[in-house]
Amino acid sequence: MAAQLVVWSAAILGGGGLICLLAGRRGSLSNRLGVAISLIGGVPAAMAGATALWTGREDAIQIPWSIPFGSFSLAVDALSAYFVLAVAVICMLAAVYGGGYLKAHLGRKNLGASWCFYCILFASMLLVVTARNGVLFLIAWEIMSLASFFLVVFEHERQEVRQAGWTYLVATHFGTAALLALFVLLGWGSATWDFDEFSVPGSGPMAGVLFLLAVVGFGTKAGFLPMHVWLPEAHPAAPSHVSAVMSGVMIKTGIYGLLRTLTFLGAPPSWWGWTLLAIGAASGLIGVLMALAQHDLKRLLAYHSVENIGIICLGLGLGLLGISEGNATLAFLGLAGGLLHVWNHAIFKSLLFLGAGAVAHATGTRNIEHQGGLLKRMPLTGPAFVVGSAAISGLPPLNGFVSELLIYVGAFSVIAGAEVMSPSVLAAMVAIVALGMIGGLAAACFTKAFGVVFLGEPRSSQAAAAHEAPRTMHVPMLILAAMCVVVGMLGALVLTVVRPVVQSLMDASGLTVSETMFISAASILWKVSLAGGVLILMLSGLAVLRRRLLSGRPVETSGTWDCGYIAPTARMQYTASSFAWPILNMFRWLLQPTVHEHRPSDLFPTRAAIETHADDGFRRFVYRPIFLAADWLAGRLRWVQQGRNQLYILYIAVTLIVLLVWKLGVGR
Amino acid sequence: MELLLDTLLILLVLTNFRLLGSSRLAACIQTLAIQAVILGAMPLVMHASHLTVRVVAFAVAILGVKALLLPWLLRRAARESGTQRELEPLIGFTSSVLIGALLLAASFWVVRPLAQGMPAGEGLVCVIALFTILTGLLMIVSRRKALTQVLGYLAMENGVYAFGTALAVDEPLLVELGVLLDLLVAVFVMGIAIYHISREFDHIDTDQLSVLRD
Amino acid sequence: MTTASVLHVLLALTACPLLLGIINRTKAFFAGRHGQPVLQTYYDLAKLLRKGAVYSRTTTWLFRAGPIIGVGCAAAALLMAPLGGVEALLAFPGDMLVLAYLLGLMRFATVLAALDTGSAFEGMGASREVQFSMLAEPALLLGLAALAAGSHSLSLTGMYADPLSAGAAHVPALVLVAAAVLVVLLTENARIPVDDPNTHLELTMIHEVMVLDHSGVDLAFIHYAACLKLWVLGSLLVGLAVPLRTGHPLVDLALGAIGLAVMAVVVGVIESVMARLRLIRLPQLLVTASVLSLLAVIWLLR
Repeated sequence: MAAQLVVWSAAILGGGGLICLLAGRRGSLSNRLGVAISLIGGVPAAMAGATALWTGREDAIQIPWSIPFGSFSLAVDALSAYFVLAVAVICMLAAVYGGGYLKAHLGRKNLGASWCFYCILFASMLLVVTARNGVLFLIAWEIMSLASFFLVVFEHERQEVRQAGWTYLVATHFGTAALLALFVLLGWGSATWDFDEFSVPGSGPMAGVLFLLAVVGFGTKAGFLPMHVWLPEAHPAAPSHVSAVMSGVMIKTGIYGLLRTLTFLGAPPSWWGWTLLAIGAASGLIGVLMALAQHDLKRLLAYHSVENIGIICLGLGLGLLGISEGNATLAFLGLAGGLLHVWNHAIFKSLLFLGAGAVAHATGTRNIEHQGGLLKRMPLTGPAFVVGSAAISGLPPLNGFVSELLIYVGAFSVIAGAEVMSPSVLAAMVAIVALGMIGGLAAACFTKAFGVVFLGEPRSSQAAAAHEAPRTMHVPMLILAAMCVVVGMLGALVLTVVRPVVQSLMDASGLTVSETMFISAASILWKVSLAGGVLILMLSGLAVLRRRLLSGRPVETSGTWDCGYIAPTARMQYTASSFAWPILNMFRWLLQPTVHEHRPSDLFPTRAAIETHADDGFRRFVYRPIFLAADWLAGRLRWVQQGRNQLYILYIAVTLIVLLVWKLGVGR
Repeated sequence: MELLLDTLLILLVLTNFRLLGSSRLAACIQTLAIQAVILGAMPLVMHASHLTVRVVAFAVAILGVKALLLPWLLRRAARESGTQRELEPLIGFTSSVLIGALLLAASFWVVRPLAQGMPAGEGLVCVIALFTILTGLLMIVSRRKALTQVLGYLAMENGVYAFGTALAVDEPLLVELGVLLDLLVAVFVMGIAIYHISREFDHIDTDQLSVLRD
Repeated sequence: MTTASVLHVLLALTACPLLLGIINRTKAFFAGRHGQPVLQTYYDLAKLLRKGAVYSRTTTWLFRAGPIIGVGCAAAALLMAPLGGVEALLAFPGDMLVLAYLLGLMRFATVLAALDTGSAFEGMGASREVQFSMLAEPALLLGLAALAAGSHSLSLTGMYADPLSAGAAHVPALVLVAAAVLVVLLTENARIPVDDPNTHLELTMIHEVMVLDHSGVDLAFIHYAACLKLWVLGSLLVGLAVPLRTGHPLVDLALGAIGLAVMAVVVGVIESVMARLRLIRLPQLLVTASVLSLLAVIWLLR
């Protein structure tokens, strides 16, 4: 039943996408058609995910397909259903937002094509997380990458958008290459590339090689540290609803792929957990530091996606370490924390990207330094954005805190249960220090982002003229903000949903999530909800108390205290760069920012300026040299291309003769 | 006695961190004096059950040389050369403290499997001794002023001495004599060398000495 | 959840301004003055609660919500803080993280309320606040990890129930954790050597400058929240510094209260004999505190 619903969804979305394409340039028709088709197509998928998680039954479907090694087989088990639900909900909400957002481009751009690619992206993501055959998986994966590429270059008349698209295309194909190698090796001995026929060829070291291929291939899509360089380019360039989908769910398909591969590979040795832990800690810390240095709001959010993928990876790494040591508590808590963070990040990151889009839509610029005072002018977007900011900083009683708490409790349980120092204690300490610093830095970054964009006085005329986003744009944001609060307060119920997913990951090693373990974890989350409820009650009580106290007393307004300056202006406020400077200065050796200074000179200086940019270190010091070297190498081979037809025909003839001799000679 | 030994070892670790994090030369010299007091007290604590006159005499001698004589010489050298602070080391002070923490973890990791056969207290002394040696090495490598490099060398000597107290129960005399001789020669040579360098070039910044090469 | 726990909460809610009075009186003693009355903070709160309010035109509802969130979070954190042998009202595995992050929420709300005024002063204080709290987090968390290793418990109440259960062997590690928690307390509560609560100059302010624009009832809430936060972090420190457990909850409560008063005197002494550190030295101080916590964990698991 569930699998059939997914097939129906994919069919509706695929067909509907083509209809949108045909509706073509007729602006508002194709726009509304796109939103409608996304909603209609998304509902069966959401139902499929919800019923599969509710009933806990696995459902499969197979459609005959005549591709070598391939079969159109889908299945919806706990792991797939978890991701299907996330994909469906986020894509539907982003579609509603997109309807409002794209109205600004009516008449200028081919919205039909854009919606066609959006529906295809939605459908391909559903197929990716439910596919049970390697060929089907790779085809869906490639369609997902290409559809998102076309969505990213929506504003292709701008040069930076084209460059971002190019970077994205190269990066995603680098990952797909690794995945191709992975599936070839996994399906080596079998007739078809069905997932239940996948096995590890050869002995011990092979499983490690496959694991590393999976980390590189799926990690490129997810945004693990050395391979994250496409994220900060592609996400800002895309339209906001596409950024929300990409950052919220598309990078999670990478996490899904990694988890699915782990179910093929059997019991993990401990170095796998250590690898994920190291990648997670590095991605988290460097991601959030780079985010702190950005002044483009969407680039900042893209780096935060790298950071949160790092947190997910930390949880998964701790979970794998627990599995390899037979510590079921650590395995459950780590994996549950990481998986729950997948949902939580999808919710609050989409919320934040939609909010950033509303800000850009209202003021016309993404640069934080030109915003200010938007909370008064956007009274619905602002509170939604502050809920998202508090959630991503991991503050109670919202959802980010719940997943981080599970990871923390897992790490602490290792330390509390240890008598002597062991590698898992060391891993737990690394996780605790990394999570603590990441939390503090994320809070710093989001107070900077929210404070400079929404609070204070407007720093430019565009900001002063900002208006609230239309209903189609702010309603999805409010829904997502409400989801943040609900998931945060009802964490124990969501843990019930996550439990079968974690169990399926632990099956390969024979560990089980015992009832007592689950009940104690759930009771921790209920106590957290209790604390959250007490907090909310106290806040309401205090608000009533203050209103009671202030009634009947003079409550006046005046200017902000300015220490006697006669004419304070908006430019005297703290800028975002100044706010972040103390922390960035401490990590100057890591970030290597480029600084352009024009120092004041002479007795009566007229001009002075300073500009700092933090370009991605990996891009500058790792990838650029590699690509330049590849370019040089390719240049050395240029002599092969002489430009003469005869030479090319000679090449073909020689190759054919060599092949003929080889095959015939061997055959004899 | 376990508790007393533990406390002494923790104090030793804390003095190492103070050496790494402090920029004032007077504070570093004082820290080395405190290290000497701890090292003097350690054999008394470790062999408390079978104290002999020899052990006590050596403890007093070590205390006298390392805690009184050497700091006095070093303070004189500092006064002569006119330096009071190490201002711009090659590795910053906060980073040095963090690297020190890593070195402590590394010492545990390296020595733990090697010290399986020893009683727990002595194994721990070996770990802290290695940490002290590594601290001294870090100081030598990361500081610019010649005097702070000498202090690093002295910290290394303290570490070697701590190793001696842990391992040498039967022939403490030989190890102690060897270490002391080594120590005295090195300090005298370095003290004289620093004095002459400072007199010749008016400073003891080793960075600037590199212009001597052709 | 015993009567002593409920009494602890009530005592904290009523007596926390007294801690501030003791600190100020100690500083006055060292300065050779007679000093303000010990109950001065109560008089100040009463005076502020009788006033109206003046709000800046730049501010929004977030500014008005900041002080309320501050008191709410501090009070919620109080529910989970044990005082020596007295259990916390709400104890469960992982409650130390809820406490730490509730204080983080309080800081988040204060920083946003500060940025809401659109003033350069508040922006500066906010920027420094987030920098130093980021450095203090690992120190506190590693200290809690050391306590977890020593007591094999995941709840604050369990960690503080009997720190000397393993005999005197844990004492050095407990001293190290207590030193780290002291540094975190001085940082989070804006005491010298991290911040000067008396001056209102840009050079020395972190917390004081963030609340410059609050007035009247809001300012009363902010002072009260600061006192509660001092009590919460102080109870974490006193539980380690006074490891006596008599087994009678009410006697333990009395011992804890006396311990808090002594801690206030100690903070006053530290404030009187030290000067505020230069801002570039503060990261070194906080990193040292983290290293002390790390050393405590390594020591307990050697």
